[in-house]
Amino acid sequence: MAGTTTPPAVGMEEYVEPTWGSKLAYVWRLLWRDKGGLLGMILFLLMVITAVFAPIIAPHDPLEQNLRDSKLPPAWYEGGNWDYPLGTDRLGKDIFSRIVYGTRVSLTVAVFGVLIAGGLGLLAGLVAGFMGGKVDGAIMAGVNLWLAIPYLVFVVVIASILGRSLFNVILIFGITDSPIFARVTRGEVLRIRQSGYVESAISVGASTSRIMFDHILPNLIGPLITLATFEMSAMIFYEAGLSSWAERAAHWCQLGQHGRSLPSILAKLPWMVIYPGLAIAIASLAMNLLGDWLRDVLDPRLRRSRA
Amino acid sequence: MSNEQPIVRVENLKKYFPISGGFLFNRHHGAVKAVDDVSFTINRGETLGLVGESGCGKSTTGRAVLQLHKPTAGHVYFKDIDLTTLNTAQLRELRPQVQMIFQDSVASLNPRHSVNKIIGEPLRINNAGSEREVHSRVIELMELVGLNPRWSKRFPHEFSGGQRQRINIARALALNPSFVVCDEPISALDVSIQAQVVNLLKELQEQLGLTYLFIAHDLSMVRHISHKVAVMYLGKVMELTDRTTLFERPLHPYSQSLISAVPLPNPKLERKRRRIILQGEVPSPLKAPSGCVFHTRCPLAYDRCRTEVPEYREVRPGQFVACHLADRDGSSIIPAQIA
Amino acid sequence: MTKILDVNGLVTRFYSVDGVVHALNEVQFDLEPGETLGVVGESGSGKSVTMMSLLGLIPKPPGRVEGGTAVFNDGSDTFDLLKLSEKELQEVRGGKVGFIFQDPISSLNPTMTIGKQIAESMMTHLQLGESEARKRTINLLQQVGIADAERRYDSYPHEFSGGMRQRVMIAIAVACEPAIVIADEPTTALDVTVQAQIIELTQRLQKQMGMAVVWITHDLGVVAGMADRVLVMYGGTVVESALVDDLYENPQHPYTIGLLGAIPKMEGEDERLVSIEGSPPDLLQPLTYCPFASRCPFVFQRCWKERPLLIPIGKNHDTACFYDVERGAPRDHV
Repeated sequence: MAGTTTPPAVGMEEYVEPTWGSKLAYVWRLLWRDKGGLLGMILFLLMVITAVFAPIIAPHDPLEQNLRDSKLPPAWYEGGNWDYPLGTDRLGKDIFSRIVYGTRVSLTVAVFGVLIAGGLGLLAGLVAGFMGGKVDGAIMAGVNLWLAIPYLVFVVVIASILGRSLFNVILIFGITDSPIFARVTRGEVLRIRQSGYVESAISVGASTSRIMFDHILPNLIGPLITLATFEMSAMIFYEAGLSSWAERAAHWCQLGQHGRSLPSILAKLPWMVIYPGLAIAIASLAMNLLGDWLRDVLDPRLRRSRA
Repeated sequence: MSNEQPIVRVENLKKYFPISGGFLFNRHHGAVKAVDDVSFTINRGETLGLVGESGCGKSTTGRAVLQLHKPTAGHVYFKDIDLTTLNTAQLRELRPQVQMIFQDSVASLNPRHSVNKIIGEPLRINNAGSEREVHSRVIELMELVGLNPRWSKRFPHEFSGGQRQRINIARALALNPSFVVCDEPISALDVSIQAQVVNLLKELQEQLGLTYLFIAHDLSMVRHISHKVAVMYLGKVMELTDRTTLFERPLHPYSQSLISAVPLPNPKLERKRRRIILQGEVPSPLKAPSGCVFHTRCPLAYDRCRTEVPEYREVRPGQFVACHLADRDGSSIIPAQIA
Repeated sequence: MTKILDVNGLVTRFYSVDGVVHALNEVQFDLEPGETLGVVGESGSGKSVTMMSLLGLIPKPPGRVEGGTAVFNDGSDTFDLLKLSEKELQEVRGGKVGFIFQDPISSLNPTMTIGKQIAESMMTHLQLGESEARKRTINLLQQVGIADAERRYDSYPHEFSGGMRQRVMIAIAVACEPAIVIADEPTTALDVTVQAQIIELTQRLQKQMGMAVVWITHDLGVVAGMADRVLVMYGGTVVESALVDDLYENPQHPYTIGLLGAIPKMEGEDERLVSIEGSPPDLLQPLTYCPFASRCPFVFQRCWKERPLLIPIGKNHDTACFYDVERGAPRDHV
């Protein structure tokens, strides 16, 4: 090619180390391309902001009762007012404020619950997948047994024994959810152990611990983060259906105690159920969308250099 | 160029994979004889090509030689050390001398590691100097295999297939091995890139005095790179001889048909050529035929082939064949029909 | 003779996260009735995308066929394939044009017996009754070399070996006696002895039915034995097209020359293989100059400034290159 004016050949260009700016720009492009992921991310960030700044955002104390303003409909209905944007319940508690604070509780439970579940599951899965044989058999038998127990029944029983504090709820969720993480971790460990690069590492004389920490663990991160997002979504759902938020915001569990059936509440004070329910559904949707997106993005094979 | 001194000796190598399963109790249902009584030697500085169709056990042979699969029986001598008797620690110590280039360059490179980390890993494992020394060796290796050293911080997915295979080669050569098993190193590559990699492998062999076990299914490439060639079928070596003899006077009916099935990039020759088209396909290794494993597809099979396993023997000097019909004077059954 | 297929200026692009992939850049070729056209190229050369574009098999999005014409003319019918609606295309696919894919396992329906899959195509395209379709299917299965066809009619794809599945694929492709059969790397996944069987089968069926065959492959050896004419593709364009003997004896495009030199010979002493240094072009760049320029040993200034178009340089021999390899100088009047 001597003596000609040659534009740089493909792939021969100087390697530019990606800066934080270019990485962020790339993530933004990936988000922009996957509108579902973008929506999930926006909703998730909104949730986080709501949770962190709950006292500023909420117009009322979520526990404050105001019997004069009880059973108010949302602001845009006749009889409603903007003091209580989404209306009030029978004791005059502001539904909007309760949703805002509920977000805080939900997120706390989901984040810490998943951290506990992930930690326990990762440990069990790693040991099972790596040791194999009898150890694997024993751990996986335990995990399967654990999974066979009806989840909600178990949670209700434990909660009634330990009491329903936030800490207990997190602990219970973490423990009951850990088998799923154990299973996925074990499956991934087995898959990665069979992979070409682990075989290649063995062929250059790599030790077991090197294979574990250099090859298996880093490649577990993607699938586990994705799983964690989905599990957080599930936890938000369960937690709402079962414990504190339900009690304080929507009375789902207490409906029976008050001698009222769900249909009658729905008929008379529909906003009490609809808006908290909507909030839960949106939160859950956001996490699912985010999880779908992360699954694609965290796969290094899908990443490109041209950021 | 060779001093006729075997550096690798494989004797009666067997690798059976047990088939077990069933509800609650693990029962043994027999075994897949992936490698069944394979013997060969490779001289220093030479290349032995190992060819055969999918499922013939050529890759398993390569892995069993390097003890990546523990052999069921047999011996593998590397410089007179029997690798099959070594324990894990002893093997790890020996690994630098015997290396492998893998077929699938996507799977065999950790997607989360940079090229520097990948090529340097064997050096770091074997404590070959400080980080600075390792890096300069990585740069040296990258230049050796024709990769731009400036790319050392990139990740595997940023490279093309041919470049990834170069990374693989650099990694395998990092510890100055004397014996390298190349497991279908070019099968996944485009034709023009195949030539690049094969040329590179040949240059490196001359430069560094490497000994190769070159596993492939592409006969023309094997012919090009090998000094000797072994033809495998269902776990057994059917024929082993130097490459000129194999391609000009193959004795085993399977070698003959295999060679005749290779399409030549020459329309005029192709039109004149008479092909031996084998019937059917390779039987499942789960149900390997009795007697000679090739008899179900062999155009010349007769009663004896169905019952008696043909002896793998030196029919002519340097030409080993496992066929009842390959007679001593070499006047083969079907005349060689390669153009 | 009227061309059964005449493709001009075919442009296909993929809109990916990394930018626009210029997969096809004004591809041009034609096909005569009953001939075998070999389409040779490496991955990314556009050989498969070309055929998929013609039959509306490009995934949309991200793909888009953005220009060109592809006139199909089998004597009774003339139309532009690129202007057909999805419904009309469905009629063409499996009817007038048959398709054989590389990977039969993913292109056969695993939950349907193979007999039904073939018969169904006959029933939709040829308006046959069920019993007639069954009869013809069994006959066809025998023709493609499936023993005990009557019984195998009711087998599922997973009950067949790789080679047998490819035979089933071929049966589906030719079920309605198409005018054109497009075979996309049909033997790449097969062993060499089975490849020989499949090639022989295709040639026999072609002789019987008189269809034109487009055989897409990366293997110059396969094409040498069976094609009448060969199209060499590179970087989403056709770089050379010639009759088979002419192409192998007298290749004109530097890429074709390099490709032929990269294959080891099966006789004589071995020489060093000619390797084409560098890697294939980055399709994210629009093709404003010769796609082979960065790897070409004969490259000169003009190659970087404009794109060479396909020009006739002999009888039935076209090439897209500014350089006359025979004379060792740039071409004058291009």
